Amino acid sequence: MNALTRFLRRLEGPQTLGRGPLFWAGFLVTLAAACAYPLFSDGYTVGNTVYFFTWIFMALGLCLIWGYGGSLSFGQTAFFGIAGYSYGILTINFGAAYGFTFVALLFAVAVAALFAALLGYFLFFGRISGVFLGIVTLSVTLVLERFMAQTAGPEWRIGSARLNGFNGMSNMPPLTLPWPGGDIVLFPDVELYYVVLAMLVVVYLGLRILVNSPFGNVLVAIRENPERAEMLGYDIRKYQLGTFVIGAALAGLSGVLYTSWGQYITPSSMGMTAAALPIVWVAVGGRSDLTTTLIGTVTVLAVFQALTIHGSQYALVVMGVMLVLTVLLAPSGLILALAKLVARPFTKRANNNLPGDA
Amino acid sequence: MPLIETRALNKRFGGLHVTNNVDLALETGEVHCLIGPNGAGKSTLFRLILGEHLPSSGAILFAGEDITALKSFQRIRRGMSVKFQVPGIFKALSVRQNLEIAMQHHYEPAHLAEEIDKLLAFLNLSADAGRLAGNLSHGQKQWLEIGMAISLKPRLLLLDEPTAGMSPEETHATGEMIQRLNAEGMTVLAVEHDMAFVRQVAHKVTVLHLGKVFAQGSIDDIVANEDVAAIYLGQTTAHATAHQQPGGLHA
Repeated sequence: MNALTRFLRRLEGPQTLGRGPLFWAGFLVTLAAACAYPLFSDGYTVGNTVYFFTWIFMALGLCLIWGYGGSLSFGQTAFFGIAGYSYGILTINFGAAYGFTFVALLFAVAVAALFAALLGYFLFFGRISGVFLGIVTLSVTLVLERFMAQTAGPEWRIGSARLNGFNGMSNMPPLTLPWPGGDIVLFPDVELYYVVLAMLVVVYLGLRILVNSPFGNVLVAIRENPERAEMLGYDIRKYQLGTFVIGAALAGLSGVLYTSWGQYITPSSMGMTAAALPIVWVAVGGRSDLTTTLIGTVTVLAVFQALTIHGSQYALVVMGVMLVLTVLLAPSGLILALAKLVARPFTKRANNNLPGDA
Repeated sequence: MPLIETRALNKRFGGLHVTNNVDLALETGEVHCLIGPNGAGKSTLFRLILGEHLPSSGAILFAGEDITALKSFQRIRRGMSVKFQVPGIFKALSVRQNLEIAMQHHYEPAHLAEEIDKLLAFLNLSADAGRLAGNLSHGQKQWLEIGMAISLKPRLLLLDEPTAGMSPEETHATGEMIQRLNAEGMTVLAVEHDMAFVRQVAHKVTVLHLGKVFAQGSIDDIVANEDVAAIYLGQTTAHATAHQQPGGLHA
């Protein structure tokens, strides 16, 4: 019991909205509903829902880098693509037996993280910040897109994996769980849904612990005033780099899940439109908080999906309008503004006890 | 051995020679004030000592160690701490969290909250612990930053105009706080315009003018020095400074 309360306490803090029994009861109800959802739906719809879920990791990673750390990375899709292609190359070459797809997942995420560490080293130790960080990261993802786009020829292959240029790489095996009595192939269906949902819960709670830890304290300190943070004895470059790598790994996880979900990845997943979308999700939700980012991402993706079904040509335009409206009306995020509105009657009562709360 | 020492320190920005062969030494336990007209190079000297600027030539020694090439955070970890001129606090975070960020690596997690409470009481900010730092009054912001600076338990405390914008009462209270910290062994280097404050705390005063050390000595020596009065009075800004503070140089 004691260990449990200590664990729960680490999930709460000034860096995250939502605390106390009411919030966690709500969390459990939501989780239970998410677990029960496949019972009231069909495999195809559930499989499509997983598609939404795959993007959330990238959104949470950007939330960490941008919302908490104050560095806008415009190129999270670079890590998404690198991990996606890595997963494809590995699994096409080595197959899916003996749970290798999950090893490939780890490797692919590690490759993305390693690339981020290299890029981030030059960015942060070179003291590149602000708008230049956005420009460089965007350039990187566009360069990767252009590069992959010209790999159509048969000479562009790694082992038996053809890169295939703009047509994209396909036919990699989906994630496959080794299971007594036969492997479970995680096609976009109920099983994959539960696996991704579990990952989501772990990542969300893990990030809550991270941002409420001393590390998270330093992270928001850097966002607020990097000079002051350094003059408290923190090597802020290391914190920025660490955050960048974690965010990139999460984008990589999204990339692997996406690739496994559709057994397909193309260079356009690293293109301009793809690079801009995570910024819309995170900004609309409320970048300074993990929960609002999560809710915001799901909401925006649901709207996007609905629009795509009922006349796709306007979906991206609506995304742009949403971003503009957010910047004009609720710069810290629509979901965050809504959360503050809902929380207002509760916080007024205990005004002084809730520093930094909504 | 001096705690902090600059040897023939020079800083040029293009053709501008902002710090010109400055030799400055502070013994442990000293409260040393740096004064001089605007543009004398006080802030640049501070930034050189902190490592925000690298000198064009010369050396900086901290407790005998050459720290000229060290990064700012490395100098802080060796026992320096700074309070900036414009309050360098984390405005969107609570007062308590500001102190927590400063102190979290200096205390055991179990004792951290208790130590923060102590410091809050010392700073007269206990009632404001939950407020956002950006919503504090100007004087309180200054105190909060002084609190963050001293929470590191530095051997050398650097204060850049610690009383700027404070009322005379707050200024005096700040002076008392510095005297208390000094009594506990902290060495202090302060840039300050308020001569009443300098008189209250300084053991030694260095006057900078056009990037050079112009005069050095006790506050009485400095006030009696007619050349010092001349460089202040020779500038329009000096009039304003002297006018604001009845206890100013030529009083």
